Amino acid sequence: MNLERTVEHTDRGPLSKDELAARVARDIPDGAYVNLGIGRPTLVADHLTPESGVVLHTENGMLGMGRAAVGDEIDPDLVNAGKIPVVETPGASYFHHADSFAMMRGGHLDVCVLGAYQVAVNGDLANWHTGAPDAIPAVGGAMDLATGAKAVFVVMPLLGRDSSPKLVPTCTYPLTGVRCVSRIYSEDAVVSLAGGEAVVEETWGTTVAELRERLPGLVLRER
Amino acid sequence: MSRTRFLDDADAAVAGVVDGSTVLIGGFGAAGQPVELIDALLRQGARDLTVVNNNAGNGDVGLAALLAAGRVRKIVCSFPRQSDSWVFDELYRAGRIELELVPQGTLAERLRAAGAGIGAFYCPTGAGTPLAEGKETRVIDGREHLLEFPIHGDVALVKAHLADEFGNLVYRKTARNFGPVMAAAARTSVVQVSDVVPTGGLDPEVVVTPAIHVDRVVRVGVAA
Repeated sequence: MNLERTVEHTDRGPLSKDELAARVARDIPDGAYVNLGIGRPTLVADHLTPESGVVLHTENGMLGMGRAAVGDEIDPDLVNAGKIPVVETPGASYFHHADSFAMMRGGHLDVCVLGAYQVAVNGDLANWHTGAPDAIPAVGGAMDLATGAKAVFVVMPLLGRDSSPKLVPTCTYPLTGVRCVSRIYSEDAVVSLAGGEAVVEETWGTTVAELRERLPGLVLRER
Repeated sequence: MSRTRFLDDADAAVAGVVDGSTVLIGGFGAAGQPVELIDALLRQGARDLTVVNNNAGNGDVGLAALLAAGRVRKIVCSFPRQSDSWVFDELYRAGRIELELVPQGTLAERLRAAGAGIGAFYCPTGAGTPLAEGKETRVIDGREHLLEFPIHGDVALVKAHLADEFGNLVYRKTARNFGPVMAAAARTSVVQVSDVVPTGGLDPEVVVTPAIHVDRVVRVGVAA
């Protein structure tokens, strides 16, 4: 463990998407059972080495999910949660949906990585519904993952496109799960949440003081 | 001799579905989707259906065609909104279809409970969210749970890989998804398979759905 690790990296800009995915991968323990959400969390898989022994779970019924299938490998009966064809890895197993979600709910998954609209400082997660009147709600497995995984990592920018904070004192969007998020990974910073507190673990291209200005109403502690 | 009936075609397999039925339809995307059985149900004509599926149809075929034909009163699913779910989207926005949105794991477990004879169960998923509205809650070990009820089907339409002539089933890869729980949760389960092997042709150790949960089997697609 590097106790001298710098919190603020002001000598560079924000992380790229790939660097961010690599940063998330670094926090996934060797041998962990992990579910990666659709979209940006999927990129984390590219940074997990076979030596790490990390096993990927896909909620439609598989442990030992491999990379995206190409060419002759494509099999319509073998897809991930995003319905993208994938390959199986040695040691893979298949199971039905009720068993797959029992794994989640039963607390057998070590980590899940999700995207989010908002996260509150107490760990509340909002990632399934904007609440807009004309929006068609769709939840999929998000609530089960938020409820069941031992650690919930969220990959999201700290600010929305309109610069409104996404890490907030209280979520205004409909909740996916209560007090479930353990860490937030953004291009600018990694923030840990525990016991109602937000702790800045590391920043890139910004300082903790700047984050405090951009995220009003929050107490941000420095690691 | 097993009680499982083997039918010659998909139309015979879905015969007798009555108006107002709850139809459980397997599949997750294209994987495990019983396309031929859904098409047969469309021809069969039953109306006022409640359909249980993970999604609410894609494109203009299969479940989407059933919706477009105005045959579905209500859909129970976890993820209706997709890039190509325009048929559902339009019906929903026009108020012409009822939606019961259920978290994916709760959907699977409610189906499992139906097949397992469980009257109801407490589940932490969704507690403290808008999907908890109207549900009984109970704090167990310091955590809020929601009381969830089983989903029984009148009919299940399931796609498996192989059946033996006794009616035992095996699936292929992630196409297994909802098949086993839906087959057990319905009064009549109808299964399409790509092939039927002689009794004894499936290793009893690898049978996933035992024939007791399989009422009708039809072989579809090309024979090897």
